[in-house]
Amino acid sequence: MTVFLGLLFRNRLAAIGAVVFSIILVSVLIAPLLPLQDPDATATADRFQRPFTEGHLLGTDHLGRDLLSRLLHGTRLSLGVGVLAAVAAATIGSAVGIVAGYFGGRIDNLIMRGVDMLMAFPYILLALAIVAALGPGLMNALIAVAAVNVPFFARNIRGVTVGLAGREFIDAARLAGMGHARIILTELLPNVLPVIIIAMSTTVGWMILETAGLSFLGLGSQPPQADLGSMLGEARSALISHPHTSIVPGIMIFLIVMSINLLGDGVRDALDPRLRSGALSRPRAMTLVDRKGAVPTATTDLLAIQDLHTQFHVGRRIYRAVGGVSLSVQPGECLGLVGESGSGKSVTALSVMGLVASPPGVIAGGAVRFQGEDLIGARYERLRRMRGDRVAYIFQDPLSTLHPLYRVGTQLAEAIQAHHRLSRTEARTRALALLKDVRIPNPEARIDNYPHEMSGGMRQRIGIAMALANEPDVIIADEPTTALDVTVQAQILALLDDLRRDRGLAIIFITHDFGVVAQLCDRIAVMYAGRIVEQGPTRAVLDAPAHPYTKRLIACVPELGGGQRALAAIPGLPPVVDDLPPGCVFAPRCDKARQGCRDGEITLAGSGPRAVRCLYPEEVI
Amino acid sequence: MPALKVTGLAKTFSVKKPLFGAAMPGVHAVKPLSFAVEPGETLGVVGESGCGKSTLARMLVGLLEPSEGAIEIDGRALDTADPAKFGRLIQYVFQDPQSSLNPRKTIRQVMEAPLKRLYYMPRREREARISEIFASVNLREEFLDRYPHEFSGGQAQRIGIARALAAAPEIIILDEPVSALDVSVQAQVLNLLSDLRREFGLTYLFITHDLAVVEAVSDRVMVLYFGSVVEIGRARHIFANPSHPYTQLLAGSAPVVGRPLTAPEQKGTELPDPLNPPPGCAFAGRCPRATELCRTDEPILKETGDDQLAACHHPLKD
Repeated sequence: MTVFLGLLFRNRLAAIGAVVFSIILVSVLIAPLLPLQDPDATATADRFQRPFTEGHLLGTDHLGRDLLSRLLHGTRLSLGVGVLAAVAAATIGSAVGIVAGYFGGRIDNLIMRGVDMLMAFPYILLALAIVAALGPGLMNALIAVAAVNVPFFARNIRGVTVGLAGREFIDAARLAGMGHARIILTELLPNVLPVIIIAMSTTVGWMILETAGLSFLGLGSQPPQADLGSMLGEARSALISHPHTSIVPGIMIFLIVMSINLLGDGVRDALDPRLRSGALSRPRAMTLVDRKGAVPTATTDLLAIQDLHTQFHVGRRIYRAVGGVSLSVQPGECLGLVGESGSGKSVTALSVMGLVASPPGVIAGGAVRFQGEDLIGARYERLRRMRGDRVAYIFQDPLSTLHPLYRVGTQLAEAIQAHHRLSRTEARTRALALLKDVRIPNPEARIDNYPHEMSGGMRQRIGIAMALANEPDVIIADEPTTALDVTVQAQILALLDDLRRDRGLAIIFITHDFGVVAQLCDRIAVMYAGRIVEQGPTRAVLDAPAHPYTKRLIACVPELGGGQRALAAIPGLPPVVDDLPPGCVFAPRCDKARQGCRDGEITLAGSGPRAVRCLYPEEVI
Repeated sequence: MPALKVTGLAKTFSVKKPLFGAAMPGVHAVKPLSFAVEPGETLGVVGESGCGKSTLARMLVGLLEPSEGAIEIDGRALDTADPAKFGRLIQYVFQDPQSSLNPRKTIRQVMEAPLKRLYYMPRREREARISEIFASVNLREEFLDRYPHEFSGGQAQRIGIARALAAAPEIIILDEPVSALDVSVQAQVLNLLSDLRREFGLTYLFITHDLAVVEAVSDRVMVLYFGSVVEIGRARHIFANPSHPYTQLLAGSAPVVGRPLTAPEQKGTELPDPLNPPPGCAFAGRCPRATELCRTDEPILKETGDDQLAACHHPLKD
């Protein structure tokens, strides 16, 4: 609860809404206790007193009644009716919506057509009809306003429920033996609740307005009882001569509706668990750089990552995702970066172009040099021009990297036009040529496809075409074939291999699959807990792994042709990178670890192209 | 008596009838297929995306109503009327670990559901059982009070497996259970699954696209292509000596250390269109051995070797 309140008040607008609303709420709640005049006591002699006159802080109305007193009592009534109507409408509407959305099919159809019928009437007419049938009075106005708003909730909640009912956790709940009622109450409702709350917070305002409307027309509160609507209605005739009689209730309606809406938005955001951990905060255009220590000097490599440190600062914790990684590639070379999830391989790759989300990402040291130029210290505009032009990325899931609403040809053309001044037809011709390069059959027809019209393999080819669009020197491919079928994977790998031989591309290929690495890469680097533990030529490393981790990781991978068997596994879990053990990070899981492994930094040492970060390597190198 | 027996099971998704014109015939996601799994056996189901393996799995656990055919568990026809009874019989491990966990429930609540609803276990026992399961799937107990979005895909999938294990069913349908896991963890989980199978006499239907994994864990393997079984046989033989050209293509595509990188088939071949299926063998368009017969007549499963069946007019000889 304190966490909830803390989050709520971190949102400044919500805090303002909360303050305004609580002031109103408190003052109307204690209104009967305040030394106010009788709101219904008329004194025609004192009619239309201006605000701030003696004894009448806000003046008086056309019957000489004290406006302050009427305002507080009227607000009390309006708020009560509005909130009650909102609760009633939300309860009935959400129940109808959840049932319709969860069961679907005929039940859904029946309920929603009924709701549609209700919606076919203009709402104020419907409310008028209900009040006409039941007779005027505040209670009947409340019923009318609630009934009119049921469809709004029903449709809103049904839409959300339909999306949730298809999710796998609902299936899982069914398999866990839950009945329909329990699934609706314990699985669906908590997920729908924020939507109900936000819908309610916007409609409370609405419903206060609507009851005010009915009262304004004389169908709600009956004289002499005051509510905000009837106050406005009575002040209408004096709008020009004595505007304060309308302005006072008008401002109150404005303040109530505004503060409720602001507060409602804040409540919704604070209820969302993803926002609670700050996951949805908008990242900057480039990763924050806060380098300590000297920047390494330039090398002659095409792309060199030098002693890179990338961290995530979450609250007081510092996650050292990349803890001093050095890598380099030459033109035409393919470097495999192998590691398990959380080993820092993707963060290393994203750091190259400053694409690590900030906050919470921070590059805390080292350099990334492209042809000697330091990219970490570069200005955003320089980096933006390099991204996709000199260094391009291919990501794992082509469905989420392509925009679903644009044709693939348009997206390809956009990638080209971002860096080169080309006319639309020229860009399209270039896009067509790219589709041919990545061997998409029938490119003339395919160029006008939307991403969803293509298979996973075709989409990944588009992703590769986009990476090639500006003829970059380096391509960083982050698990580009993991989401694909084996037959398609083989085609994509063969394509990448051809491309790098034809164009002299340097590829950094990130994967967890040794089979893929063995087939595609010249050299590999194995990462564990943010550090490189071994590197060297692919064959040498795979045939004679020197680090115990590499050796055991290779043994974990089942290979076709081995038959049914128990697989080698590495016990334990990789360490959490905010609390790394001193010495060798693999020591806790290593069966060869000795005392020396647990104290002091172990360096990456070796001869020639091979290096290993181990005191007692499996092989002498 | 087989633990799981499927006869002529099929699923056709109807395509919405257009406002004008005749209704479309519908998409045959799974064409009538029959197989049996013996108690304690692991049947691997392999195929590429869109081959109908997930549809098959969902029908087997009762999440999807079959269009035709029958499912028997332990000789009794599948009855989904009582979810509690059914959940104790057969469980499912989902492909997407994140979306199979309710984002607003703690892991403890997720884990407790099957124990409470299926076994009416008192609190003390539930806690003991959850710790036991968590230890076996290599998860820290401190995770229990966290929410699903705080976990990596790998951890979330282990929670999913733990949830299925909590129901202690006889049959577990594993739908790509390790494709989201890291190799070191994948091996742990596969070994764990095989230990559990031995310990409790569980029967697995292991659905995956990873041939090496399926070979390592399965007794028999069934290869699906375009909603039909193209080959079924002993795991040991099926990839070493495939009878169906599609099985051979799959085996040839798997990346293997030491094999040079070659695209195993013509570049740019596409899967057949499910809305407009080709007559005859669905694989004929990609098959180097296809003849006129393949393009007109649909092949049926025939014995091609010792306990090996293939649906091919021109099976490969060993």
